[in-house]
Amino acid sequence: MEPVRILSPDGSLVGDAPFDLEEARRLFAAMVTGRTYDHKATAMQKQGRLATYAPFEGQEACQIGSVAALRPDDWLVGTYRDAAAMWFQGYPWQNLFLGRMGDERGGEAPAGVNVTPPSITVGGHMIHAVGLGWAERLQGRDRVALTLFGDGATSEGDFHEAMNFAGVYATPTIFLCQNNGFAISMPRDRQTAAEHLADKAIGYGMPGIQVDGNDLMAIYSVTRDAVARARTGEGPTFIEALTFRIGPHTTTDDAGRYREDGEVEEWRTRDPIDRVRAYLRLNDAWDEAWEQETADAAGDEIEAAVAAAEALEPFGPTAMFDRMYAEPTSAMDRQRGMLRRDG
Amino acid sequence: MAEMNMAQAINQALDLALAADDAVIVFGEDVGTTGGVFRVTDGLQETYGAERVIDAPVAESGIVGAALGMAIAGLKPVAEIQFLGFAYPAYDQIVSHVGRIRNRSNHRFTAPMVIRIPFGGGIGAAEHHSESAEAMLAHTPGVKVVVPSTPIDAKGLLLAAIEDPDPVIFLEPIRMYRALKQEVPDEHYTLPIGVAQTVREGVHASIVTYGSMVRASQRAADLLAEEGVSVEIVDLRTISPLDEDAIVATVRRTGRLVAVTEGHRTGNMASEIAAIAQEKALYSLLAPVERVTGWDTVVPLKRTEAHYVPGPERIAAAVRRTLGT
Repeated sequence: MEPVRILSPDGSLVGDAPFDLEEARRLFAAMVTGRTYDHKATAMQKQGRLATYAPFEGQEACQIGSVAALRPDDWLVGTYRDAAAMWFQGYPWQNLFLGRMGDERGGEAPAGVNVTPPSITVGGHMIHAVGLGWAERLQGRDRVALTLFGDGATSEGDFHEAMNFAGVYATPTIFLCQNNGFAISMPRDRQTAAEHLADKAIGYGMPGIQVDGNDLMAIYSVTRDAVARARTGEGPTFIEALTFRIGPHTTTDDAGRYREDGEVEEWRTRDPIDRVRAYLRLNDAWDEAWEQETADAAGDEIEAAVAAAEALEPFGPTAMFDRMYAEPTSAMDRQRGMLRRDG
Repeated sequence: MAEMNMAQAINQALDLALAADDAVIVFGEDVGTTGGVFRVTDGLQETYGAERVIDAPVAESGIVGAALGMAIAGLKPVAEIQFLGFAYPAYDQIVSHVGRIRNRSNHRFTAPMVIRIPFGGGIGAAEHHSESAEAMLAHTPGVKVVVPSTPIDAKGLLLAAIEDPDPVIFLEPIRMYRALKQEVPDEHYTLPIGVAQTVREGVHASIVTYGSMVRASQRAADLLAEEGVSVEIVDLRTISPLDEDAIVATVRRTGRLVAVTEGHRTGNMASEIAAIAQEKALYSLLAPVERVTGWDTVVPLKRTEAHYVPGPERIAAAVRRTLGT
């Protein structure tokens, strides 16, 4: 199996560009904004301003490229490592910070933004994407659902059930596996004996495609085709994106215990942002001033989101009882009273 | 008004819900073509088609997880799991996602869905078919757990569950599917979730129970009546949230409490009922609270199952102990 590739690490094309230079610049800027958030969140965790954080540096092409192929009202069902994808589909940075600060308002997508809160358990969310897309079709709408997950999630039983349901009912679901090499410490070749994760699709009667996950154009292109299939009733697609997590699993992890520095450095040479920058330079669509302008805009956007998140007063002590049901039950009312009485 | 058993009453409730609201769908293993292993969904696929009464692959976690996605996207799925003993693979979806999506998304996404699950023993079925692990579900935040004991209640509670904006686990006592017929009103009606009902008034002792144990308790009360003992029976009808006021009120009326469940003894619903009685009505109690339960064993198979599931004699013995007779 040869992974789909359009853009080489040196910025030259080995296939047809799926979008024009203006779109390439827009997606480049989005990847830069994503990485700015990622670095800021990691720094804030070290300062004690955020709880444990799961960095996604190196996976920006997977997240921005795939979401670029969605319609604004399509569903996105991702994980704790998919903040860039969620933001690009309309989820505010402020809420992503809030979630990591430990505030349930971080899980609230704005009205009209069909992005579910990040799944923290591994693998249980893909079946939700199946149900979401299926329900859209049953109600006569053509929204599709994109679900993001990692290589480790493919070992979960719920991966099998989600893929199987999607295949049987030809649901409008796009399964995008960001195979970043490790499930915490477990390397991909000990996660499954399958030669490629993409091969798993065969067992579910759907196409399985392997793609260079650090190639923005290739990711966009295969996702666009999968979205088109889903939207026209041809069913689900499984995409395995080969990428690499540059950072640790989370800010509590020491990745040096299970992988070599050389491996990280080697993957840095295939950086998804550098690759698009090289492409833009080759096509006279990049200069230092624009890069700086882009970085400054990203920095301003992220800082504004941090300020807004940190300015929000925490919930009151009894708010937890009001979030469980549409109307608090008798049990919620009693327990709220007990908390008020005794603290 | 027609005489029907609980299976027929549930079928009628599903029929009414499917007819009234296009968002309602029925979803589970064998619910369509065969009408379900207990024939509870019989005939519904013929009427509403395979896109609204959907046969699912054998995957309980997948059924509940997909139903959650459907509920978030605007449908009102009524999922069926064939037996409570087969629902354990779905517990992760229930505990980790169904009961949490509203909280996790701060009300943005909700799960207006029902999970129907036949449960309990007394029919001598194979292993895994007689489980009564409802306390595990009642222990789960974010879901309501409803258990009807009669055809009339089953219809009204199921319609209420389908219309509830939050997820409801609807546990159907297998033994009661065809054990009892009642005149059930033909039209749509609902019964409130979270509200118990006093199904027998009495003065000497109270039995608080639910599901198939209501009928066993009625029989115990009949035995005791012959001895001149007047027993009050409260049918909880919902085990989460519990109707604490009803539990406290009956204890205050009679001063003696027997809590009955066929669940395993440790950490079951009877334990919770007893705890409420001592917290809220200790000074009304004239005797220690008795719990009549299943045992902390695997439910025995057919030939000895009767020694596990509480029956009228075991319940009556507990009532007598509270009376010192």
